[in-house]
Amino acid sequence: MNPDPFGPGEGRPGDDERSGASSQARIPSPRESVEDSGLPLPEPEAPPPPVLEHDVLKSLLGAWALAACAPEEAEAVELHLGTCGPCADEALRLRDAVGLLQPEESLDLDPGLRSRVLAGCLDKRPPRIPVPDWAVAYDAETARLDALLQDIGDGEWHAPVRLKWYDGESDRPVNRRTTVAGVIAHLLTVDGLVAVALGLEDPLGELAPEEPTPRARTETYWKASHFPPTRTVRMPWREQSHALVRTVSFAGGGSGQLSVPYGAFSLPLRDSLVDRAFECWVHAGDIADAVDYPYQPPAPRHLNRMIDLAARMLPSALAERRREGRAAPPKSLVRAGSPGRSLRLEVEGSGGGEWLIALDSPGAVGSADHEVAHVALDGVEFCRLAAGHVLPQEAAAGQDGDREAIRDVLSAAASLSRM
Amino acid sequence: MAKDAPPRWDRRMQQRLARGEAAALGELYDRFASLVHSLAHRVLDDEDAADRVTREVFAHVWENPEAYEPKQGSMRSWIASLAHSQAVQRLRKQGAAALAEGGEGSAEDLERKVREASAAARADYIVTSMPAPLRAALELAYFQRRDYRQTAADLGVTEDEARRRLRLGLQLLSSANDRKNGGSPWRQGYGRAT
Repeated sequence: MNPDPFGPGEGRPGDDERSGASSQARIPSPRESVEDSGLPLPEPEAPPPPVLEHDVLKSLLGAWALAACAPEEAEAVELHLGTCGPCADEALRLRDAVGLLQPEESLDLDPGLRSRVLAGCLDKRPPRIPVPDWAVAYDAETARLDALLQDIGDGEWHAPVRLKWYDGESDRPVNRRTTVAGVIAHLLTVDGLVAVALGLEDPLGELAPEEPTPRARTETYWKASHFPPTRTVRMPWREQSHALVRTVSFAGGGSGQLSVPYGAFSLPLRDSLVDRAFECWVHAGDIADAVDYPYQPPAPRHLNRMIDLAARMLPSALAERRREGRAAPPKSLVRAGSPGRSLRLEVEGSGGGEWLIALDSPGAVGSADHEVAHVALDGVEFCRLAAGHVLPQEAAAGQDGDREAIRDVLSAAASLSRM
Repeated sequence: MAKDAPPRWDRRMQQRLARGEAAALGELYDRFASLVHSLAHRVLDDEDAADRVTREVFAHVWENPEAYEPKQGSMRSWIASLAHSQAVQRLRKQGAAALAEGGEGSAEDLERKVREASAAARADYIVTSMPAPLRAALELAYFQRRDYRQTAADLGVTEDEARRRLRLGLQLLSSANDRKNGGSPWRQGYGRAT
């Protein structure tokens, strides 16, 4: 760069002063002030725009187009545009581009759209490797939760959430405090039980506790780090859920019989994934409450599978409570496979239906001819009960018939819940 | 935000779709549905119409996974271009039908509307695909009305760098207005913003 941009002899003030010191004539006498002359005052003159080089002016074009530079810089740019064709062309393009900046539309996708789009596709070209029908609810629920997570802000990952369930041993509600990220960590570690059963990597790795109960696994994961989980837990959870769906698809519908151990009990894979879908929905609801978002129940056919699984688990849950002395003894002995005393569970709303719950033995067959009681409740209310979010005595249920049988069945439903 | 997926993911996804794996279709939806839907919505400004375009685009990909050419760009850009052209086609068809039924306006008005909607959707895509630093600079200068010096301070970069990012960001965005591309960002490497 030229160290002296004005060059010599261009009338720099310093030159004048030095040369003019010897010659009075070069210094004109001061004019009469305009203020003293009675004439109108001229407009004050704006300071001249800074003289900037082409490269600097060009670099300012973006800021200029966005009206994000100082007024004198804007003026300098505009002067320059009158004399520089390439810059004028670019300035015009960039100005037009600014018109294209629009606030991001944050439209929530209709959660039901996913299954409609997928169904439409699979109709047009049937899949060679379908997702087994018992895994579809899990696929849909994990996608729904992930869409919710997509929308929540960084800070909301640390919003407090209370995990609630019903402790069957004390017949009391219990809860455990965590955060949104902590809930996803819980889902990650318990879904991990299914992953392990399928031969996939355990998200707990070496940390996996001896006893593979959902609670022990979750607590182990939470304790493994000094810091509470953050939003970074979303990726492993989502990758694992995708991997589960992918793996069971390849394993085929027959893999549904594979046993998934939960510590104290086991479930066949086909039920286990319905259970995981249910848990995913319940905890998505907990998260949505914590961050004040709306969250809808699952699609009716998925809700129906969840209710069906709970209804099928009721006779065993009842038998277990009976062994522990927390349910009335059987009224009659029933041979396995024979019809026995039953409670008719009527679940209303879309996704509902009717189930006959054998009361005296898990081996007995529910029978309309042996119905001793009838309970009617809404599908979502039943699920809240089975999730331990509402107490058996507080569930809004229409009741008719044997009071003891009704109380025992509702308590058994609540005892299905766990952390 | 959404970065271009590594090409390996794209090729693998293409193979899985070709193999007829329904789980792959679900993963594809999870990754791209909001992109497809928001592009369609920007063009059509109608929820139901955007839903329909979403259905058409995923059906097309599921039925023709071999139509994707990894050499030409990312799967993301391919799907964006499908969404864009389906939506523009639908807008033009709707407008032509309305004109034929004696609706207001002329054929030129319709063409202008289509052109503007098309550019707006392309611009959205370019903004979401551009490198995050450029996007952050535009966000501050335009939506938060910070001047470039404040933008530089907010981003912790020099003023020179802030000016560079604003100019480059707008240069990328201005390609959305290029009519000679005929609304096919796919062919002009729509997915590779830089």
